[in-house]
Amino acid sequence: MRTETAAAALEIMWKGMAGIFITIIVIALFVWLISRIGKK
Amino acid sequence: MDYLFQGIMSVTWQQLVMYGVGILLIWLAIRKGYEPSLLLPMGFGAILVNLPLSGVLDQTLQGGIQSSGIVEWLFSVGIDAAEAMPLLLFIGIGAMIDFGPLLSNPLMFLFGAGAQFGIFAAILLAALLGFSLNDAASIGIIGAADGPTSILVSQVLHSNYMGPIAVAAYSYMALVPIVQPFAIKLVTTKKERRIRMDYNPAAVSKKTRIIFPIGVTLIVGMVAPQSVGLVGFLMFGNLIRECGVLETLSQTAQTTLTNLITLLLGITISFSMRADQFVTPQTILIMLIGLFAFVMDTIGGVLLAKFMNLFLKKKINPMIGAAGISAFPMSSRVIQKMAMEEDPGNVILMHAAGANVSGQIASVIAGGLVISLATSLIH
Repeated sequence: MRTETAAAALEIMWKGMAGIFITIIVIALFVWLISRIGKK
Repeated sequence: MDYLFQGIMSVTWQQLVMYGVGILLIWLAIRKGYEPSLLLPMGFGAILVNLPLSGVLDQTLQGGIQSSGIVEWLFSVGIDAAEAMPLLLFIGIGAMIDFGPLLSNPLMFLFGAGAQFGIFAAILLAALLGFSLNDAASIGIIGAADGPTSILVSQVLHSNYMGPIAVAAYSYMALVPIVQPFAIKLVTTKKERRIRMDYNPAAVSKKTRIIFPIGVTLIVGMVAPQSVGLVGFLMFGNLIRECGVLETLSQTAQTTLTNLITLLLGITISFSMRADQFVTPQTILIMLIGLFAFVMDTIGGVLLAKFMNLFLKKKINPMIGAAGISAFPMSSRVIQKMAMEEDPGNVILMHAAGANVSGQIASVIAGGLVISLATSLIH
């Protein structure tokens, strides 16, 4: 039971960190894009 | 005369412990200045809800008369129903945040992400220590360094430990000036802490400031639908601030709304500080795991900066990574103070502020993802 929960926690860890990084990078790219549009 | 002593005769030792906890929180708030707006109401509320047969909780009186308690009502309406209080507070927080230092320096976005590592390390630790997945996920979110997010996630996941989680989250946010320097010095050298950084911010147009909250809401809402409440209300507050046509509403959100919700939130949270739920061995474990989460957040952010320095010509002061936690603005000020101690005249505050506000967004994303992932894995 504890190993099952730990395995689930590991899955949350890698998926969670990946999800945060991908989302943050998308947001950063979005910011770069709108700042370029704003300059034109 | 027995009716006068009914209360005193009913006191349990656990309730006595909670009186001590309440007084301790009040003392920390007043004497030490630790997050007084939350810890003082929580401390006082802990006393209220732990008085025997307390009228602030729902009771069945003699004769079968049902009595409703105000604290229990505030909890059921303000938190249990739809997490209203933490979400409304986020409108005020969003209205207070200036995303300018981040928008002008988008590289800082990454540190907000890196500094959420402690959440997941803490979830793993809690799981290894025997907590169920929903409780482990709720405990791990202490590492978000954000009170409303911690309260919301633990409520949505129906954690049994909302009281200790809230106390841990707010206590460690107040202890950032002690926890972070310790953790930073574990993984950095003096030479690294003395790195200077130029600050050449790009100009941020008003159009960018207005489009940003709308875009972030759309992006984060698509990725983590469970975070729409958190990110939506945060960005709604920010949009009110930046649009330029709602100055009165912006001021109201930053002051009146925030103060009103804060006034009620602490005393409402105390509903989860009843002795039977709080005075358990798990509470001490949760406090320790929470501390671990904050330390790992700091280390995660710093290590990300050090990793990036392997590829960058203009090095980043790795302490900036530690500023990626959501404890705004305290973390950025702590980092600046450390930089000045190592090298007087080294000003990295604006970089740290950028990372710090990025942490606010990243912690909300983390909260939504933790809810989504944990609920999909709970059997």
